[in-house]
Amino acid sequence: MSIANTAHSVVEPSPNTRRLAGSLVVLYAVVTMIPLVWIVLTSFKSPDDAISYPPKIVFTPSLEGFCNLFTTRSRQTPEFIRTLGPPQGLCDDIARSRNMVVAGPSNYVPRFVNSLIIAFGSTVLAVALGTLSAYGFSRFRVPLKDDLLFFILSTRMMPPIAVAIPIYLMYRTIGLSDTRLGMILLYTSVNVSLAVWLLKGFIDEIPREYEEAAMIDGYTRFQAFVKVVLPQATTGIAATAIFCLIFAWNEYAFAVLLTSGNAQTAPPFIPIIIGEGGQDWPAVAAATTLFLVPIVVFTVLLRKHLLRGITFGAVRK
Amino acid sequence: MAQIRVEALDKSFADFHAVKAASFTVEDGQFLCLLGPSGCGKTTTLRMIAGLELPTAGTIRLDGEDVTMNRASARDVAFVFQLFALYPHMNVRRNIGFPLKCEGIGAAEADRRVVEVARILRISHLLDRPVSGLAGGDRQRVALGRAIVRKPKCFLMDEPLGALDTEMREAMIHELRALHDRLGATTVYVTHDQLEAMAMADMIAVMNNGVVEQIASPRDIYDRPASLFVADFIGSPPMNFLPFRGSLQAGAQAIRLGDRDVTVPAAREALPEGDLVLGVRPEHVRFSDLGVVRGEVYGSEYLGTTQIVTVTTRYGALKARSPANVSFRTGENVGLDFRPDTLSIFDKASGRAIRTVLHEGGAHG
Repeated sequence: MSIANTAHSVVEPSPNTRRLAGSLVVLYAVVTMIPLVWIVLTSFKSPDDAISYPPKIVFTPSLEGFCNLFTTRSRQTPEFIRTLGPPQGLCDDIARSRNMVVAGPSNYVPRFVNSLIIAFGSTVLAVALGTLSAYGFSRFRVPLKDDLLFFILSTRMMPPIAVAIPIYLMYRTIGLSDTRLGMILLYTSVNVSLAVWLLKGFIDEIPREYEEAAMIDGYTRFQAFVKVVLPQATTGIAATAIFCLIFAWNEYAFAVLLTSGNAQTAPPFIPIIIGEGGQDWPAVAAATTLFLVPIVVFTVLLRKHLLRGITFGAVRK
Repeated sequence: MAQIRVEALDKSFADFHAVKAASFTVEDGQFLCLLGPSGCGKTTTLRMIAGLELPTAGTIRLDGEDVTMNRASARDVAFVFQLFALYPHMNVRRNIGFPLKCEGIGAAEADRRVVEVARILRISHLLDRPVSGLAGGDRQRVALGRAIVRKPKCFLMDEPLGALDTEMREAMIHELRALHDRLGATTVYVTHDQLEAMAMADMIAVMNNGVVEQIASPRDIYDRPASLFVADFIGSPPMNFLPFRGSLQAGAQAIRLGDRDVTVPAAREALPEGDLVLGVRPEHVRFSDLGVVRGEVYGSEYLGTTQIVTVTTRYGALKARSPANVSFRTGENVGLDFRPDTLSIFDKASGRAIRTVLHEGGAHG
């Protein structure tokens, strides 16, 4: 064996270390993926397969869960069903095989749309407000700056449930209870503290000289902010937006307490999908599977920015 | 191009008096260096001229117009930052063209000017490159390009060569001076490096603790320092100081140093008995057995053409510049003499230089 082959670098991990690290990462990924995979599998099971014991790994896939998720059904006698015409599509076919007919659409789509509007609306608002205030805190001599920043952060220190009842009473009085606007404002106010703190870190790292150069070159401060600071803060803004979106998208406690009909989001709706004779697990799993999609898409779209942003600017040049 | 007139400029931050009544004038086309140690207020002064800081008191005039409270964008000045401040999300062409875009100049005309500036700075081949991959010197050229493309009233530069390595800095010093000669642009240049200031400036303003200590040509700053601070700050090694007690009559041509008379430039003012300081540049110290000061050789630094010999005397360690071929033994007893026509005398308490014939020579060139 030559010397070159036996020499080892002090900074590069040895092949064995690499293999070990690699297998640990794979193992961790598998363990964390199991619940997700189980949910996706369950969404394609029939209700009987979903609750069978021991659990079925191999099963005949069925779209019944998705059908039950999007429809409401009513039980009819087989005689009555025979008097009807041919089934209206796949879901009607599945329902009839269980002596039921599709009575109409379920509430899942409106709840999902509520979730989209409220989560993205509050994210846009929180990031916009957060960017402006982070810039202000970063660049100007704000009186009591440290106290104000601590105050902003302190709104995050209580568990949501502790303020839920006062907020419920307030919202009922001013008519914001069970409205999309109310939920957007609520999630914005929770997220804006996170956004200010994250973005202040990012903006602090952008040298002021850039704006000063732009201002000397003839821009106003606001123009310099838009043309010079924002493009350089995209990484931080993307990372912050994802954090805000994940919070608003998954939020459960406020949503349960403050929404019922109009503005209910998907999280409080999903666990109460009831089938015949109890919880309709395939439908719940189908709802959860679909609920994951927007976050995954959003994260993948911003992945390029996120990879650099998630380190909170630590390695930014 | 324009004249810059700064009058009694004052700037206080919360608990820090950064600039104290600074006054100076930069004539049209002149290259002024603001020179001083870090924290002396030179950068703050420059930023006030640019409009990036507002003064606490005083006025700034550009071509006679009072711009003290104007926004930076309304002053028509160009600023070159130490760390270049090139916009990382734009390539070289867009960086240089950015000020023209701000002014709303048409794309064709803007591009013509960008190309011309790139030619002057010899960076035409880099125009479509991203700025992130450029070497330090090229980044500095792009930053200069962004400044000169607009044809502003004046250039303000904040240690623009501070981030470059020594070799590149030497080259850029000559390029900057050549560029200045070619454009004839009024320039205020901030630096803490006396070599840069000496090499480039028409006039140097030496600042210390927020006060402008002296404004003069590089030659006058070196030969006729107005204060102990200037004498100490300029020159490498700095001026030697020999403290003594005495009085001075107008016209006196000698001072009493210990028990010997030292010939000095004739005084032009009288001074009562007090603590004074005699200032001698190392190159004006000569070795002589009959010298007015005796001491022991402590050591020498060899510099190629010359050497700096440190001699321990009763006035402290004195440094003398001597030809490199003379050899000294450590501990050797030597006598030192001073070239009489170049000596400075300072009042120790105020640090002020006493007026002598030396200063009159300065006034008449």
